[in-house]
Amino acid sequence: MISTINLSKKYAGKQVLNIETLEIPKGQSFGLVGNNGAGKTTYFSLLLDLIKPTTGHIINNEVKVNESENWKPFTSAFIDESFLIGYLTPEEYFYFIGELRNQNKADVDALVNQFEDFFHGEILGQKKYLRDLSKGNQKKAGIVAALIGNPEVVILDEPFANLDPTTQIRLKAIVKDLAETKGVTVLISSHDLLHVTDVCERIVVLEKGEIVKDLETSEATLKELEAHFAN
Amino acid sequence: MVSQFLKLEWKSLYRSASFGKSIGIKIFMGLFALYFIVMFLGAGLVLYPGLKKEFPDQEPIYILNNVLFYWILIDLVFRFFFQKLPVMVVKPLLILPVKRSKVVNYVLRKSAVSFFNFLPLFAIVPFGITLLVKNYPVASVLSWMLAVVLTTLIINFLNFIIESFSAETEFSFLPVILLTGGLYALNHFNIVSFNTIVGAGFNAVYENPIYVLAPLLVLVGLYIYNAKLLKQKLFLDSGLKTKVKEVKASNLEWTKNFGDIAPFLKLDLKLIWRNKRTKSSVWMLAMGLLYGLVFYPNPQFKNFEGIYVFVGIFSTGIFLINFGQFIPAWDSAYYKLLMSQNLKYEQYLKSKLTLMAISVGVLFLLGIPYVFFGWKILVAHFAAAIYNVGVNTHVILLGGSFNRKKIDLSQKAAFNYQGTGAVQWLIGIPLLLLPMGIFSLAFFTIGFEVACVIIAVLGIIGVVFHKQFMKAITTKYLQSKYKMIDAFDQDN
Repeated sequence: MISTINLSKKYAGKQVLNIETLEIPKGQSFGLVGNNGAGKTTYFSLLLDLIKPTTGHIINNEVKVNESENWKPFTSAFIDESFLIGYLTPEEYFYFIGELRNQNKADVDALVNQFEDFFHGEILGQKKYLRDLSKGNQKKAGIVAALIGNPEVVILDEPFANLDPTTQIRLKAIVKDLAETKGVTVLISSHDLLHVTDVCERIVVLEKGEIVKDLETSEATLKELEAHFAN
Repeated sequence: MVSQFLKLEWKSLYRSASFGKSIGIKIFMGLFALYFIVMFLGAGLVLYPGLKKEFPDQEPIYILNNVLFYWILIDLVFRFFFQKLPVMVVKPLLILPVKRSKVVNYVLRKSAVSFFNFLPLFAIVPFGITLLVKNYPVASVLSWMLAVVLTTLIINFLNFIIESFSAETEFSFLPVILLTGGLYALNHFNIVSFNTIVGAGFNAVYENPIYVLAPLLVLVGLYIYNAKLLKQKLFLDSGLKTKVKEVKASNLEWTKNFGDIAPFLKLDLKLIWRNKRTKSSVWMLAMGLLYGLVFYPNPQFKNFEGIYVFVGIFSTGIFLINFGQFIPAWDSAYYKLLMSQNLKYEQYLKSKLTLMAISVGVLFLLGIPYVFFGWKILVAHFAAAIYNVGVNTHVILLGGSFNRKKIDLSQKAAFNYQGTGAVQWLIGIPLLLLPMGIFSLAFFTIGFEVACVIIAVLGIIGVVFHKQFMKAITTKYLQSKYKMIDAFDQDN
């Protein structure tokens, strides 16, 4: 589904990402871990064509990301708060994203209502603007908005941060369901090793922009990751 | 302790990201301040000789005292809109071992060192010196000057009290307008003659310096009251809390008629109504619409038709200029979202263009009463409106592709230069001066009617080639995509 070839990004001569090759098959739940500055967000930004690669490219479902915009209809993401429109209510925001993804109000309502549990009664019908919601609730709205319009690739940067324990557990269920039953390719980055090993079939460790580990998740993965980061 | 505060203040000034970046704006603001200083200085210098000449049998100082009431009113209104008590910056200090009263005193005293409080000095000092040179009693003149300075500070602290009470209301500027307007009206219709009362007060101070204690007492009282108010507010759940307003949503179904640009049109309308910065620039519309009144009633401009098209472009295009100059920076906070969403750039831009074109039409209709000053004005405005729709909409969109500064929507608009760069100044040339130049040229060589037709035809050409222009503009935006994303990500 997503192939990364010779991808590198330099800022003022300083290399922040250098991936020779990375293949992510369709329907895989893919986890990206690494300390601050390892290049996780840079990689996601390159995937969304928000920054220009210094060398190489990413091919998303046969579309070269930095040359064509045809990856947009089937790819969606929630990276940070700058993906929210602060002066809209959550409902308006969902409808806006829905309209961009050719979903009518009923479609959006049907999808959003599946996440009533996840929202915990704090998102819908609150008569509040997104900018006035707490960080955790903003995140919930952003994550659900990324699922509107049946995307085939969903990219979530640090989805577990700022969420309360109940919501973290619910989110794990949502992500698993996406990859296992709906065949959606889910890319997640996280600082929480436990969550990421719980959710992802495959985990890649980045360090200073390079891939240092590429693991098939198993019983031993968490231990191995903890050992790696303890050093 | 105070020196620590001052250090913090200094660092926040020169470490702020915008320091040095926007030198042009700093210079502009500097010139603006200089202008006021010169005006006040000039007033202070000519006041005595001028009043003496106009009213030879009255004492200039008594005449001046009689009008001080108006100065107080004007100063109050000005301060309300332009001077704010910087409360938010103290938030990190709350948990440090600093007494609350110390923080309060610091914030209040700092406010006394404001440009607004120094400005009157530029007029009072030369006036006072003139009086001294003319051998007026020294003690009287000095106490009078002191009284004026104290009054300035009284206005300073009175303003913060008014602000703290009006901050909660929806139309926060209503109380101050009602208060000053009410006082003015009472005075104007001779119900209570405030200007004589205020005048008598200052006369009393002049005649008997001991009375200067009165304004001093008022000042102390206001200061203590301010400190009390502020102390209550220094909690996260009161004054430092950011207010959450309940949403009054409207679904804007009618935008559906605009087809595929409807989602963006809806977004833009919400953008304008729901954010401080955009909302307060809506008031600029009224100003732009009434701009013609500066020229048209003036007989000097009766036979100066060259100005008609300028006023026309400005008054029908005030929204276009105000809103258009910051495209796409209005959306800077969520630009990454737009860029990774499934959207056509052209639709996004077209929505902005449609909004601007509609505004031109509406403003033209609202400006029809100008026909009262002559039919030629209406014709020129009509031509200007067509030019705005056909040419200026495209020009300003193109200018937007050079925008590299983000905008914080939650800030007020007046005197807010955030997001302003060279583009905003340069765009004025093709936007206003070019049509004015073309018009004047045709007007002086051929005639008024032909000049109007030329302007209108240029506008129609713009409409005809709309598709081609949009294509070119869209390409331009796409080329600047990465640069814009990067720039909007930074706080400037």
